[in-house]
Amino acid sequence: MPTDEAQRWLEEHGSALYSFALLHLRDPDRAEDAVQETLLAALQALQRFAGNASIRTWLLGILKHKIVDEFRRQAREAPVSEPDGRNWETLEATRIEAEFAENGRWHHALTDWGDPEQVASSHELWSLVEQCLESLSPRMARLFMLRDVWEADTTVVCEELAMTPTNVWTSLHRARLAMRRCLERSGLG
Amino acid sequence: MLTCKQASRMVSEGYDRKLGVRERVSLRWHLWICDNCRRFVRQLEFMRGIVRSGMRHGQLPIEKPLPPERRQRILDTLRKRAGPQDHEHQ
Repeated sequence: MPTDEAQRWLEEHGSALYSFALLHLRDPDRAEDAVQETLLAALQALQRFAGNASIRTWLLGILKHKIVDEFRRQAREAPVSEPDGRNWETLEATRIEAEFAENGRWHHALTDWGDPEQVASSHELWSLVEQCLESLSPRMARLFMLRDVWEADTTVVCEELAMTPTNVWTSLHRARLAMRRCLERSGLG
Repeated sequence: MLTCKQASRMVSEGYDRKLGVRERVSLRWHLWICDNCRRFVRQLEFMRGIVRSGMRHGQLPIEKPLPPERRQRILDTLRKRAGPQDHEHQ
């Protein structure tokens, strides 16, 4: 039975897929749906699995598409509002203002983080990155993920999130500043 | 003269679009004189470096277990939705 296959995938890779989906979608129910849709699609495409990639890589590849579909769906349904209803737009703008003095200079001296290889174990760095991603608004985190982690093309990002290029640039600038500040406060440098 | 705020925006946009000649010249001039903005550039590089190498090594994200009730629900749905096709193939 192909579903036996899926049961094995679920045991071996279920948590990895779920964590990945949860980090991007930030909602346990949506993450569960994405994992479910991924496994269904994988079952249907099983004959096409070449076997030269690992199963996990293959499943993650399918999951990415499912996550982007969900992003698109959300962008269509509610182009600007955030799921939790907080006024992130204002909050983000205020946070960025706080980084600079009135004359446009940095408020505080930036620290030297050195070489990523030598700073901390990658696991520690990772938990920092995750914590900081969670402190961003869902939309900013999504943008940061798509551009700086997945390296998605800017035009694709604009389409998927139903945003103009200028809005994307503004939000990415804010996201990167917010990530920078969070990492610095969490003990880098 | 660019302010640090403008320069940081330009550095960020430089990752997402090709900057014009004038923009590049004024940014380079600003970076030449501004220690903080040079560090900002290095911090961004650092950040991109760790997230990307993490993705390549499959480290992202730190695993949270899939709760058993969610696992079971997924399995039930799979059986329901993929199950009938099994019979057709047999």
